[in-house]
This record gives sequence, C-alpha cells and structure tokens, in this order.
Amino acid sequence: MTSYYEDSARGRLAGLLDPGSLTEILPPTERVVSPHLRQLDTPAAFDDGIVVGEGRLAGRRVLVAAQEGGFMGGAVGEVHGAKLTGLLERALDTRPDGVLLLVESGGVRLHEANAGLIAVSEVMRAVLAVRASGIPVIVLDGGTFGCFGGMGIVSRLCDAVVMSEEGRLGLSGPEVIETTMGVEEFDSRDRALVWRTVGGKHRYLLGEAATLVEDDVSAFRAAALALLDHKPDVSLSALEAEHAALASRLERFGDCRDALDIWERLGVEEPERLPILDTADFLATVCDRRA
Amino acid sequence: MEILTYEYRGGRPVASPPPSVLVGVVGSGNLEVLVEPAPLGGLCRVEVQTAAVGFGATWQAVLDDVFARHPLADVRISINDVGATPAVVGLRLDQALDAFAGGAQP
Repeated sequence: MTSYYEDSARGRLAGLLDPGSLTEILPPTERVVSPHLRQLDTPAAFDDGIVVGEGRLAGRRVLVAAQEGGFMGGAVGEVHGAKLTGLLERALDTRPDGVLLLVESGGVRLHEANAGLIAVSEVMRAVLAVRASGIPVIVLDGGTFGCFGGMGIVSRLCDAVVMSEEGRLGLSGPEVIETTMGVEEFDSRDRALVWRTVGGKHRYLLGEAATLVEDDVSAFRAAALALLDHKPDVSLSALEAEHAALASRLERFGDCRDALDIWERLGVEEPERLPILDTADFLATVCDRRA
Repeated sequence: MEILTYEYRGGRPVASPPPSVLVGVVGSGNLEVLVEPAPLGGLCRVEVQTAAVGFGATWQAVLDDVFARHPLADVRISINDVGATPAVVGLRLDQALDAFAGGAQP
C-alpha cells in the first residue's frame, strides 16, 4: 500500500499507470519554465509543477495530468495551465479512453495573476469540449494540498471526482475563508471542522465525489479504471436535472450551520462518529444515506 | 535569487546513463535536482538557482563533498532550490546520482 496523500505527483502517476507506460509531454529536460517567476526573482520548477502525458491504465489508453502540490501549492500559472489545456485539447485529436486529472491545487498562482486566471478559464473550456466529444474526464483528489479555487471549479466540471477521506474539495480554501470572513465564520486551524466541511467523506455524502477510496494509490487506480466506462452526459435534460438537484439540495440543507447537521438530516444515526470510521465502515454506514 | 555555477574535473562518465533523473520538489526547505548526461569534455557542471542569497561558499563545500562521493564526468546537474539545508542538499544529490549511476529513475 502506497499513500496517495504523501506521494509526489510523479510517484502517484508511477503507481497509477501500467508500469513504464507513461510518455511525458514537455518533460523537465525541456525546461519550459514559468517566465513570470524569474521576473519575480523566484526559483521555477522545470515542469512548472505539473506532469502531463499519455499512458495506459490496465491497457486502456489514457491522457493524464498530475499537479505537484509541493511546488507553490499546485497553483496554476501560465505554463502550468497551458500544459493542462494542451493535454485536454490533445484528447480531441487522439481520442483516448479517458482523461485523468490528478488534481492538487490551491487555485490560481497569484504571482502570475491574470495569466493564471486566463489559464484556468481555458482549462474549463477545454474540459467541457472533451466531455462534449464523449470522452470522460475523471478527477482524482487525495493530495496534501487538496483541491481549491479555480481547480475546485474545474473538478466539478468533470464527469466524476474520486476522493479519499484525506482529500479536500472546495472553492475558497479554509484559510481564505478565515481571512476574509473572520475566525468566527470558519476556523482554518480546526482540522476536524475543515475535514468535515470540505473533506472526502462529506463530499461523498453530498454526491460531489462519485467514489470514496482508501488513501492508497492502487485504490485510486481501481476507481479510475471503473469510471472509464462512464460516458459523459452533457445533454440539456441532464444539465437541467443537475440544476434541479442542486436547488433542492439548497432547500433541504441551506439552513444547516455545520456538516453534522446535514448528516443528521440525511438520517445518519450518531453523525458525530462518521469522521472516525475507516473508509469501509463509513461506506457501509452511509450506503443508503447520500444526498 | 542567486545563480551559481560549479565545475569539477577528474570524474568518470557513467557507461550507459539514463536520459535524465529528476528528484525532489521546488518547495520550501526542499530542492529539485535534474541530472542529465552532457558532452562537456569530461566536466561535471552544476548549475544552482537558489532563493537563499549569499551561500555560495556553503554550496561549494557541499558540492565538493558530493563530487568526492560521486566523481562523475560528462554530466550536467541542474538545481532549483528554495532554501534547503546543506544536509538535505547532500541527501537529494546522493539520491539523484545513485539513480543516475544505477541507470534507473527512482
């Protein structure tokens, strides 16, 4: 068992894909680095914090991208975003069985400001184009830095999100909420509060994560493989159904002050024990309780 | 940021080196080391980009030790550093150069 949470982007890809099958596009030796960081007198990474390429998953042809949270929190800069957009656009030409995004990102790289924002919007457009062409885009979220900001939006534009309990998914990250709204609104140092609000278990209960897996690279691999046969449905009726579901969710839980209130309303007995259950026990406990 | 370059002579080339080896991450207290074979006429060249300014003598001392342990020739070592301690730098270079000489990506 290899912890997905603790592994690097390259380590995760090595464990996820069939051994030796990864062909990296723009590898570190190409030295396509951020032009902005140098102007700011800051060391750049040779791959700008993202690995993109082609590989095989149990023999199936996939395109993959893996963000390295250790470099600037996986934040999206101009080159980083262009690599992601280019990979997605490549899917339109090469028609793989799926695109896997190993997301680990705090959002836009503030050093690159508008270039990073534009890059994220280009990624969003590219994700939707790939889905519209019938190719599933699957997000894996279980890294140390979670998945927030622009990449949080990107993730929810995809066909499915696979999370571990350790993964986090949201728009504004906990520190951002605390900084802008005050510690009374959200205490980012309260780990239990953070995880029960944006962590994998809660996202699974709300239906935002399609699959919840153990913190194990091979568990992510199995979940990603199972989702490759999920064909995207971007029809108008599917989108309207999604909007209706979101509206009813807001009506059902909009007045809840804490995830515990939501879990209770979902009919979970003793909701306060959910955070301490291991993944298998958790899934057994909530199997018929998801929103 | 500071850019430093060091060159060493007297090493031996690796017989069948891998195309490249990359270890580490450009994060606080850490560094990324990229090792590639290069036709440098027997030189081992180390290029460092570091966020910590003014530690040239420390880099020299650490790299002297590393070259004593791994006397390689015709190799280009590129480093992006965010204030890693000398011990971390030494361990990362050992990791990278072991993989390079062993011919496998770690």
